Amino acid sequence: MLTILFDGVAYGMLLFLLACGLAVTLGLMNFVNLAHGVFAMGGGYVTALLMNRAGIPFLATLPFAFIVPALVGIVVERLLYRRLYGASPLDQVLLTIGLVLMAIPAFDYFLTDQPQQIHLPAFLQGRFELPGLTIGAYRLFLVVVCGLIAATLQIFLVGTRFGAQLRAAVDDRRVAAGLGIDVGRLFAIAFAIGSGLAGLGGALAADVVGGVDPNFPIKFLVSFLIVVAVGGSRGVAGAFFGALLLGVLDVAGKYYVPSIGAFVIYAVMVTTLLIRPQGLFAKSGT
Amino acid sequence: MSGHEPAEAARVARHLLRRRRWRPLEIVAWTATLALILLIPSRALLINEILILGLFALSLDLALGYAGLVSLGHAAFLGLGAYTAGIMASRGLADPTLGLVVASLVAGLAGLVTAPLVLRGTDLTRLMVTLGVSLMLGELANRNSWLTGGADGLDFTIGRVLGQFPIDFAGRRAAALYSFVVVFALFALARRVTRSSFGQSVQAIRQNRLRAGALGVPANRRLVATYGLAAAYAGAAGALLAQTTQIVSLDIFDFHRSADVLLTLIIGGPGYLYGGLIGAAIFIGLRDALAGATPEYWEFWIGLMLVALVTVCRERIETALKRLARRLRPAPRREAAP
Amino acid sequence: MTSNRRISILAAAAALVAGPAFADDVVTVGLILPMTGQSATTGKQEQAGANLYIQLHGDTVAGKKIVLEVKDDTGAPDVTKRLAQDLIANDGAKALMGFGLTPLALAVAPIATEAKVPEIVTAAATAMITEKSPYIVRTSFTLPQAAAPMAQWCLKNAIHKVVTLVADYGPGNDAEKWFGDVFEKGGGQIVEKIRTPLKAPDFAPFLQRVKDDAPEALFVFLPSGQGAAFMKEFAERGLDKSGIRLIATGDVTDDDQLADMGDPALGVVTTHHYSAAHDSSENKAFVAAFEKANNGMRPNFMAVAAYDGMALLYQALDKTKGATDGDALIAAMRGMSWTSPRGPVSIDPDTRDIVQNIYVRKVEKVDGALYNVEFDTIPAVKDPYKAAKN
Repeated sequence: MLTILFDGVAYGMLLFLLACGLAVTLGLMNFVNLAHGVFAMGGGYVTALLMNRAGIPFLATLPFAFIVPALVGIVVERLLYRRLYGASPLDQVLLTIGLVLMAIPAFDYFLTDQPQQIHLPAFLQGRFELPGLTIGAYRLFLVVVCGLIAATLQIFLVGTRFGAQLRAAVDDRRVAAGLGIDVGRLFAIAFAIGSGLAGLGGALAADVVGGVDPNFPIKFLVSFLIVVAVGGSRGVAGAFFGALLLGVLDVAGKYYVPSIGAFVIYAVMVTTLLIRPQGLFAKSGT
Repeated sequence: MSGHEPAEAARVARHLLRRRRWRPLEIVAWTATLALILLIPSRALLINEILILGLFALSLDLALGYAGLVSLGHAAFLGLGAYTAGIMASRGLADPTLGLVVASLVAGLAGLVTAPLVLRGTDLTRLMVTLGVSLMLGELANRNSWLTGGADGLDFTIGRVLGQFPIDFAGRRAAALYSFVVVFALFALARRVTRSSFGQSVQAIRQNRLRAGALGVPANRRLVATYGLAAAYAGAAGALLAQTTQIVSLDIFDFHRSADVLLTLIIGGPGYLYGGLIGAAIFIGLRDALAGATPEYWEFWIGLMLVALVTVCRERIETALKRLARRLRPAPRREAAP
Repeated sequence: MTSNRRISILAAAAALVAGPAFADDVVTVGLILPMTGQSATTGKQEQAGANLYIQLHGDTVAGKKIVLEVKDDTGAPDVTKRLAQDLIANDGAKALMGFGLTPLALAVAPIATEAKVPEIVTAAATAMITEKSPYIVRTSFTLPQAAAPMAQWCLKNAIHKVVTLVADYGPGNDAEKWFGDVFEKGGGQIVEKIRTPLKAPDFAPFLQRVKDDAPEALFVFLPSGQGAAFMKEFAERGLDKSGIRLIATGDVTDDDQLADMGDPALGVVTTHHYSAAHDSSENKAFVAAFEKANNGMRPNFMAVAAYDGMALLYQALDKTKGATDGDALIAAMRGMSWTSPRGPVSIDPDTRDIVQNIYVRKVEKVDGALYNVEFDTIPAVKDPYKAAKN
């Protein structure tokens, strides 16, 4: 039972890392970015290719799994997303789905549709057997890393000037701009960080979900959206708890009632949204 | 009670009556489609697919373009309609018209039941709730394979339309004609509804719910009714899909079906009823042409066109479509105030 | 005019007159596969297999030129049906091949019957498919064919307590049922039957249940493509060291993915109809040619099925001396037997399904890469589902 709880927490942490970038772009820029999964996939591929083709050790690839998608995010934001900040959500959906449709065959063409596997270093394999609780080494690693990142983000948002400006812009963009905050630059940086985190999440998730393949963005799009919807689009805290809740419920649901399986998270999402349509931690007064 | 009221009411009625008149361009378009089916049977099946997707997108237009309710799970109603028609046919009730009617009713009922869910919260809430519902239905269909055939799909034979016209391999045109008649009839009905005072009030609600409420319009009831109608139309599209292909399977609840219809409607433009049909013609036509040229990578080119459409050509296409829409809708004539 | 010139003019005229007639000597074959979407890997392997056959044996048989039309049905049966109808009516296709999933094959069955066009199923594996039309012939396999022998192997090797874990769809249910029936009839005990969701499953909670059940062996069926993820989770949970043997149908150790699975896959015993390591001259030539034509990609059972589908068609055309009438082709296909890269195969004249050897294999390292090495053979296995009906 405890093992399942722990597994659920680990899975939830991973979901958080993957989805928090989406929460930021949605909450901050009100921009429906359905192509978020492409950045996650990109990070996964960066790690897989660096490890498998260049022999670089796993941990050393992780910074690149963050940086490369972040850089790509900046480019995409400047070139494409920027034009549609004021546009209707439908146009944003059209653009981002178009990007997904382009990315999947492109990755397939250059990298084939075989899932790229990531072979963890020995010290991350194996498990610790305690009475009544089995802790997988890699899952422990995930919990620690994602927890650290979540904590860092929270400190960043609360304790730094940039973070304060970001929160101000989320709460009320016009007033923030009126106060002299360069909202455009803020958006670009926030988007880059969100994409980078997604990439890192993709790299970390690759081992758990069976490798990185070109269909990754579509397979997990629904999961990301569910986390953001349940957690509320305020940002980090909501996404964190939303992800944890979903991770635990999904894993527990599949363990205790395997015949229902995936049904559980959908039902949880619909129920949550019925009770609190803004999500669990929402912006006050949207 | 002001003495202006009867005169106002008469003016509005005259305006609506004028808007309901069929424009020449509309008549040409529908006749041309019928002619295409009859004269080019080799493309009849493609046209059938376009008509069905067009009807599905039309149903989304009613919900999104008129009632302002976004949905990422409209395939729920498509699937309900398709499975209803399919299950009926596989259990001996194979008359297509009966299947069509029952499927629409079932889907419409589901729409009415789920409408309260959709009225709450923001657009994102709506997107997620509708998505969640369609995915849940997909799971339910998978679980109950005794009824739905599960992942193997449900295959069945369909009776003759009106006891006369078989829809089989040789009768490719029959399938397209059947769809054409149904889609045209439903379109005409939708057209009538949206250009009635009911339809006007729904558009007012979409533009500003508070203001409409202040004018005495029962906003929630009208939205629920429109959503139910939209669901019924989607169910009809599902029934057509099931009946003209004689198979239903779980992929009908898939996310990509809801995403495809949303894209189709956005391409054609929501809010003037023809957007769904035009979008369907463009989307399927493009996909067929591209998939013929490159079966593995055609999605890339569609994605590229979508990106180009949104970033570069959006304004140009929108003005062109607006001009088209104006020609499909009579211009309001100004009358001197009484 | 010299007589030479007269002859050349006559010859040219004859060629011109005979020219249009050559168009009749083209046989269009529609290959309908999911080339995009979840099952895209199937499409890729199958297309490569079919093209390889044409490359190796030429595109002419019995005086007819074979033209292969590849179409993507995106895994949606309504699209499959339209593509099939258009191929037959517009392009004059004389045979249809492919069908990556059961509903896709079922969608086309009524068309095959009505138009009298052979439907050669080279991927879908649910047993009842061939019953849906007298024009369906299969060259892939059926799950009962692979699952039942696995149960017999277990009983022979003193394994009596098993948990089954299958993907929740047609072939998965077939595998669970047939393994379970044969196993229990032989005195074995199925402790639990787990079904995993078909899309993007996370195996962790299910494998935790297996660990808690502590059986002697875990029997698995998963669609090709999920094997690697499963294997990883199996190892991560420590199940490979826990004394629970992993047995499966060969889809789990699919040649397509096997090389990447790493050491946790070593020692896994599976039953299947094809291994890229099959020791025969036909297979060695097949694999070498396939890898050469496809950038080193290793062929798997999907590729071999498509390869054999073309082989079947060619041989049928040979037998009918080029007649493309559906009834004649089907009659020619019944009972046909030949040596495929997988081993000897034949088409059962009563059921039109494939009869082939099922091999028991173990994953071992060969020349530094992982392969399914065959160590036992069950010859000429007919589909048990239809055999039980007679």
